[in-house]
Amino acid sequence: MADDVVLKLYRGDAAGGELVDYEVPRAPGMVVLDAVHSVQAMHAPDLAVRWNCKAGRCGSCGAEVNGRPRLMCMDRLDKYPPDEPISVRPMRTFPVVKDLVCDVSWNFEVNKRIPPFQMREGVEPRFSQAEADRVQEFRKCIECFLCQNVCHVLREHHEQEQFCGPRFLVRLAGLEMHPLDTADRLPLIHKQFGIGLCNITKCCTEVCPESIAITDNAIIPLKERVVDRFYDPVKKLFRVLRGR
Amino acid sequence: MDKYETHAYDVVVVGAGGAGLRAAIESSARGAKTALVCKSLLGKAHTVMAEGGIAAALANNEPRDNWQVHFRDTMKGGKFLNQWRMAELHAKEAPERVRELESWGAVFDRTKDGAILQRNFGGHTYPRLAHVGDRTGLEMIRTLQDRGVHQGIDVYMECTVRRVFVADGRAAGCFAYWRESGRFIVFRAKAVVLATGGIGRCWEISSNSWEYTGDGHALAYWAGADLIDMEFVQFHPTGMVWPPSVRGTLITEGVRGEGGVLKNSQGQRFMFDCVPELYAGEFAETEEESNRWVQDVIAGRRPEARRPPELLTRDVVARAIRREVREGRGSPHGGVLLDIASYRTPEAIKKKLPGMYHQFKELADVDITAEPMEVGPTCHYMMGGVRVDAETQESTLPGLYAAGEVAGGMHGANRLGGNSLSDLLVFGKRAGEFAAHEARGRPSLPAINEDEVAAAARQALAPFERTDGENPYALHEDLRRMMHKYVGIVRNEEDLKIALDELGNLRERARHVKVGGTIQYNPGWHLALDLANMLDTSEAVTRAALVRQESRGAHTRDDFPDSDATWGKQNVIVRKKGEPMSVATEPLSEMPAELKQLLKGG
Repeated sequence: MADDVVLKLYRGDAAGGELVDYEVPRAPGMVVLDAVHSVQAMHAPDLAVRWNCKAGRCGSCGAEVNGRPRLMCMDRLDKYPPDEPISVRPMRTFPVVKDLVCDVSWNFEVNKRIPPFQMREGVEPRFSQAEADRVQEFRKCIECFLCQNVCHVLREHHEQEQFCGPRFLVRLAGLEMHPLDTADRLPLIHKQFGIGLCNITKCCTEVCPESIAITDNAIIPLKERVVDRFYDPVKKLFRVLRGR
Repeated sequence: MDKYETHAYDVVVVGAGGAGLRAAIESSARGAKTALVCKSLLGKAHTVMAEGGIAAALANNEPRDNWQVHFRDTMKGGKFLNQWRMAELHAKEAPERVRELESWGAVFDRTKDGAILQRNFGGHTYPRLAHVGDRTGLEMIRTLQDRGVHQGIDVYMECTVRRVFVADGRAAGCFAYWRESGRFIVFRAKAVVLATGGIGRCWEISSNSWEYTGDGHALAYWAGADLIDMEFVQFHPTGMVWPPSVRGTLITEGVRGEGGVLKNSQGQRFMFDCVPELYAGEFAETEEESNRWVQDVIAGRRPEARRPPELLTRDVVARAIRREVREGRGSPHGGVLLDIASYRTPEAIKKKLPGMYHQFKELADVDITAEPMEVGPTCHYMMGGVRVDAETQESTLPGLYAAGEVAGGMHGANRLGGNSLSDLLVFGKRAGEFAAHEARGRPSLPAINEDEVAAAARQALAPFERTDGENPYALHEDLRRMMHKYVGIVRNEEDLKIALDELGNLRERARHVKVGGTIQYNPGWHLALDLANMLDTSEAVTRAALVRQESRGAHTRDDFPDSDATWGKQNVIVRKKGEPMSVATEPLSEMPAELKQLLKGG
C-alpha cells in the first residue's frame, strides 16, 4: 500500500540472524524509530531496540539505516524513497545482543580509564564564555557511539585494545582544554589511548548527530600537543640532557 | 525456580538520573558499599532531557537574590502546600550543590565577568537558572557520571527492580531482572534509595521517556510506605504538537525565559488576561512593558519593567493554553503559537537554544529563527511521590529512602521550572548521606525470605505462561488515552469515577496480558511487567484527585474551581492497607514564624 512503509529489520542474536520484512502505516513526520515502535506494537512485541528521549538528546537509538549510521529518532521516513523498503541493522562495530541492540559495554570500560577532572585549587572558578565555548562543543556529546561505530580503526582493524576511539578523544579534549583542569593526560593520550592510530579520515565527524567537529577541534589539537611534547627534537634533546 | 544471582550491599540506589547518581556518589564517598541499578545504559536517564537549567540563588546576575527569595518563590509556586522544610533546605543548599558540580567539571554558560550565568524562568523573581544553552540536564548527568565512575560504585545497567523486600519492618533489599538475559537478581541491602523519576508514561501526550512508568512510586507503595500529594501532576505548557511523531516532546521554558511569547490564532498575547490574584501586580500589563523587560535582559541590564506574563508558573500557562484551544483560538494542529523569531536575532536563538532550533528543523520542518512554534501542554512531571523526612529523605518505611521526582512534598501543588535539577542534587546528596550513615550503623544484612523471592520470580514470569491474552502495547495505549481523557489537566468527580471504573477494567485485562518470544531482551515482556506499576500509580493519582475537592496548582477541578483555605492546610496521603488503596488526609506541619515572615515579603 502507498501509505505503508516496509522495514527490513535485523532479527537475531550473537549466534546469527537475518533481515525480516514488516509493513506498518505511515504518519506525517514519522521517523524510523516510530516505525520500529509500530512493528513492536503490531507485529513483534519482543523486538529489541534501545531508545529513551526520542528527541536526539540521549543517544540511545543509534543503528545503521540503509547502511548509514543514524539516530533512529531523528531520521525522517520521508527522506527515503517512498516505494523502497528501509533496512535497519544494529551498529556493526559492536557485538549484537539481540535484534537492534548491541553490546556497547567496551565504551564504558574505556571511560573508566580516563583520569577524572581535577579542579585547580585555590582559585575562584572564573573564565570567559569564549573559553567555555571551546569545551562546551565537546561536552555536547550524547554518547550515541556512532563515531565509534564508523571509525576504521575500531570497525575494520579492531584495535580496541590500543585505541580509545573518537568518542573518548572528544572527552579527553574536553578535559585537556577545560580552563579549570590541572591533570596531565597527554602521556596516556599518546600511549594507552593510541591517538597516533587515527589517520584523520573524518568519518567520525561526518556521522556526529551533534555536529561536533571531532577531527578538527578535538583530535588534531590533541595530536599537536602529543607531537609537541613527545616528538619535538629540541624538547627531546632537553629531556635527554636532563636525564628524564 | 532457577538459580538467581545474589549481591550484598550497604546501600542500593535504584535509578541513575541526577538524584540516583548524586545519592550513589555521596553514599560511596562516605564509605558505604554502594550499587547503582538502572533500567537504561548509564547516562541515558531522563535527566538528560532537562533543558532550561538548575535553580539556585547564586546571585550572579542579580545581587538581590538569596535563599529567602528562592524559598518564597518555591512556596508560592507550590501554592503553599510544599513541605516547608524541604523547600527551605533546597533553597539554602542549591547554590553549594551547583558550585560543587562546577568543581567536578561542569561547564556552565558564563556572565561577562566569568561567573556562572543565570537565566529567567517562570515563577522565579530573579534570573536564577544556571544553565548550558538548552542542554543543562546532559551537562549535569555527564558530570555526575564521570565523577561516579571513579568512586567504586558498582553499576548495574539495563536492570529493572520489581520489588523492595521488607524484613522486620525495614527495607531489606530488592528483586530485579537483567533486561538483556532476563535472569533474576536479589540485592541484599541495609538501605535502599529510590530515585526512579516519574510516572508520565501513564498519559497519552507526555514529554517522558519509556522509563517513566512509576516504578519507585509503586515499589514504595507495595512495600507499605506512604505516598503524598499524588493528585499533583504537572502538564508542561509547551510540548510540540505537530507532527504526530513528536507530539508531547518538550520545548524548554527557556524559550520564554529568553524572550519568546505566546499568541493565539488571532495574534493576541492571551497571557496578559491570565495573571492570578496571587501574582497580581508582579507582571507586565502591556506588550510595550513586556518588550522593555526583554530588551533589558538581552542587554544585561537590571530590568525596570515587570516581566512578561508568559513567565507565570506552569500550571497557569498550561490552563491558559488549554482555554485558548477549547474556545477556538488555537493553532492549526490544536496548540497555540510560541514566537521567539520576532524578538531575538537568528544568531542569538541558535546560540541560546540550539537544541530547540535543531529539534524543530529536523522533526517539524520549522525554522524557529523565522517562524513561530506550535505548542501545547504535555504531561511532564510528578509533584507527588514517596513521603519522606525532609532532612534524611527516609520514607515512612525505615531503611527505604527516596530522592528526586519519585519523592513527594518539595514542590507542593506545582513545581517551578529549574527546581527539579536542584532538587535532584540537594536531596540526592542527602539521601545518599543518610542511607550510608544508617547502613554503616547496622552490623548485619537483613534476611530475605526465600518464598518471597520465589513469588516475585513467579509473578515476573507469568505473562509467558498465558496463551489467550492480549498484547501489552495495546493495553498500555488504552491506559494512556483513558488517563488523558479523565485524569488530565482539568478534572471533575464524574470523570474521576469513570477513570476508577476504567482502571478496574484495565486491571482485569492486565491479568491476561500475554507475551511472546524468549526471556532475552524482550521489551514486550518488560512492558507487561511495567503495567502493574502504571496501574497502581494511576489509581493513586485518581483517588487522590477525587478526594481533593478544590483547585490548587496543577490540580484543577471544574466542579470545585476555587482554592479552599481548609484544603490548603491538608495533604492527601495514599497507602496500602488492604483493598482498595487507602486515601487519607493529614494536616500540614506548622511552619516556623520566621519562615512565615518570609512569605509576606516581595
